[in-house]
Amino acid sequence: MSDTQDPPQLYAAREPIFPRRVKGTFRTLKWWLMGFMLGIYYITPWLRWDRGPLMPDQAVLLDLSSRRFFFFMIEIWPNEFYFVAGLLIMAGLGLFLFTSAAGRVWCGYACPQTVWTDLFILVERWVEGDRNARIRLHRQPWNWEKLIKNGIKWWLWLLIGLATGGAWVFYFTDAPTLFWGLLNGTASPVAYITMAVLTFTTFFFGGFAREQICIYACPWPRIQAAMMDEDTITIGYRSWRGEPRGKQSVQTSGDCIDCMACVNVCPMGIDIRDGQQLACITCGLCIDACNGIMDKIGKPHGLVGYLALTDEPLEKAGKADKPIWKHILRPRTIVYTVLWAGIGIGLVAALFLRANLDASITPVRNPPYVTLSNGDIRNTYDMRLRNKHGEDRWFTVSATAGGDVTLALEGTDALRVLVKANETLVQRLFVTAKAGTVAATAHHLPLRLWINDVAGTEAPKAERIYKDTIFNGKEDN
Amino acid sequence: MFAKPIKDDAKDKVGTTGHSWDGIEELNNPLPRWWLWTFYLCILFALGYTIAYPAWPLIHGATPGVLGASTRADVEKDIQHFDALNAPIKAKLVAADLTAIEGDDALKAYALAAGKSLFATNCAPCHGAGAAGVQGLGYPNLLDNDWLYGGAIDAIHTTITHGVRNTVDPDARNVGIYMPAWSDKATGPLADMATAKLTGEQIGQVVNYVLKISGQAADEGKATAGAAIFTENCVACHGEGGIGNRDLGAPNLTDAIWLYGGDETTLTATLTAGRGGVMPSWGYAAAGSSARLTEADIRAVAVYVHSLGGGE
Repeated sequence: MSDTQDPPQLYAAREPIFPRRVKGTFRTLKWWLMGFMLGIYYITPWLRWDRGPLMPDQAVLLDLSSRRFFFFMIEIWPNEFYFVAGLLIMAGLGLFLFTSAAGRVWCGYACPQTVWTDLFILVERWVEGDRNARIRLHRQPWNWEKLIKNGIKWWLWLLIGLATGGAWVFYFTDAPTLFWGLLNGTASPVAYITMAVLTFTTFFFGGFAREQICIYACPWPRIQAAMMDEDTITIGYRSWRGEPRGKQSVQTSGDCIDCMACVNVCPMGIDIRDGQQLACITCGLCIDACNGIMDKIGKPHGLVGYLALTDEPLEKAGKADKPIWKHILRPRTIVYTVLWAGIGIGLVAALFLRANLDASITPVRNPPYVTLSNGDIRNTYDMRLRNKHGEDRWFTVSATAGGDVTLALEGTDALRVLVKANETLVQRLFVTAKAGTVAATAHHLPLRLWINDVAGTEAPKAERIYKDTIFNGKEDN
Repeated sequence: MFAKPIKDDAKDKVGTTGHSWDGIEELNNPLPRWWLWTFYLCILFALGYTIAYPAWPLIHGATPGVLGASTRADVEKDIQHFDALNAPIKAKLVAADLTAIEGDDALKAYALAAGKSLFATNCAPCHGAGAAGVQGLGYPNLLDNDWLYGGAIDAIHTTITHGVRNTVDPDARNVGIYMPAWSDKATGPLADMATAKLTGEQIGQVVNYVLKISGQAADEGKATAGAAIFTENCVACHGEGGIGNRDLGAPNLTDAIWLYGGDETTLTATLTAGRGGVMPSWGYAAAGSSARLTEADIRAVAVYVHSLGGGE
């Protein structure tokens, strides 16, 4: 019973954070980045791109219902989804590269959670004032002032959330049509539901959850630790210069005057002087805050700044830092760059090499062959012909095989089939081998089927491709 | 890494769990309280869910839930919805001339898709998922170009509607007509229609004749003897020279396609014990009940079968 110590708390309430306004290089950079990225997000769906009368004229369109992705001059069909997979892998490797070179730059500058939280804090500051005013408002009991200010703030947040969700849905269907549909209430329920969900999540994540998302919900910060090493440039506090912190008038003090400026501006509510830590998103605002103070007390910048762990012993010994390119050029970053660029080159090459005519041919395996009344052996194939030209085109089929085979298309007497513009046609093909021929009696033989694009009204250039498959014979014949 | 005077070391504030590996210690940070609330909310949600939706198991079934949700009812609603959507094209399919369906792109596309799924549900058990039939059991291959009753679309349509030799539909094909059992030892209904009682030797002679006319290796002497027996007893159905007769569903014996098999053993078995395959009637409605398939369904299956490669 002598133990008077409180038992450790299992749960803790969130400490509200009231970041102070700050001016400086990184803050300016972040404003520009925010404007740039939000601009891209809101403007992109409204860009037009002429693809002819039969196609959508939206430059960037993820047309899920028709299973087509449009990106300016590039059109992705479902069978080319590897382009999308490749881009996602490139995005992943790009993140690896940036993280290994400069730490959590994605988190600090580009992550939507960071950008929208920044925007929400800006709104909060407009309505309620800077840090001290907000703390006062937070602590005072509920009254009209608190109610009105919070009300205005929440309404503005909701409007931003609505605009966020509203912009998102435009990527999936024709933006002007959907816009009018949303206004007069005729848009698809999916659009309204998506907007409602995104409005709520934006409102909640940007307004209330904020740093909790980064610390508790997001897996990416935990993974990033695996990509960083002692040469990664990240934000740190030069304790050898700042400590012991204290009043300037005291002769033995370091440069840190313990003004708490770096803590007060931090959107994550941490103290960078505790060293690199899990919650730091390396947004750079503490650098701006500290540099402002250093200006006022007449000390050089960089008490808090971007540095790598390997710089610490050098600086302590009074030597110059390693040059920045020596930090960045390391085997790890080179490997990431090579992989990233390799996939990029591969995708671009694939983009230029792909044909406007695309086909797949699947043998019907149930049954492998059919005996006809005169003893001939017939195989059946399902052809998928994809016509990516913007016009209707005729295709013919021919075969080169070991034996003499005859071809026939289901439903037509001719060996010619029309595929409508930008459509896929499933056509059944019958290939027959005369009784007693090699093809009819072999277990199976290779068969090369040629598909010829014979007549386009505009481009009569014959394009032809082949697909290799097999012809099954009746072995015991 | 950073020198001593760090003012508020997290270790002093929250302590550690006591776990330490290579000097790396695990802080004993408290969980955020909203996690706890999220956890309680999840429990509340789960409780609400079990009240709103079918959940608690009882002896027969489960509690229905106050919302009355039922995926079975949803499916029924979906089926009704799609039936209503399909009603116009089904009506068009029934109204159209059978031979004109394949000329109409929209009708054909619908009939092929509907016919394929109807075939898989109703016909595949005998004819196989790929419609290749089962030779040894006498389920015909629907992909080839040999037809017992005709491969034109209206012939296929009639066969599906009424079936073959079933006891249900008065219009079924070949009621009372079958391949008799020719053996002199055979008894039972299949033996009744045989116009002769053949000995094992005579059956062997007929078998050799059939092997000969179908272009297979045969004993010439036996085949010549068999020809006489064939002319006397078999021509009535299988026709002069064994070319078959579609009116009677008598197979062509001169081609490469066999319902039960064209080898000597199988032919001997067929002649000895007879054959009489049965196909159900899909369009016959007995008094007080409905047909297995509607006319629209039957037409869809007919178009599908006609498209499989052997259609005439």
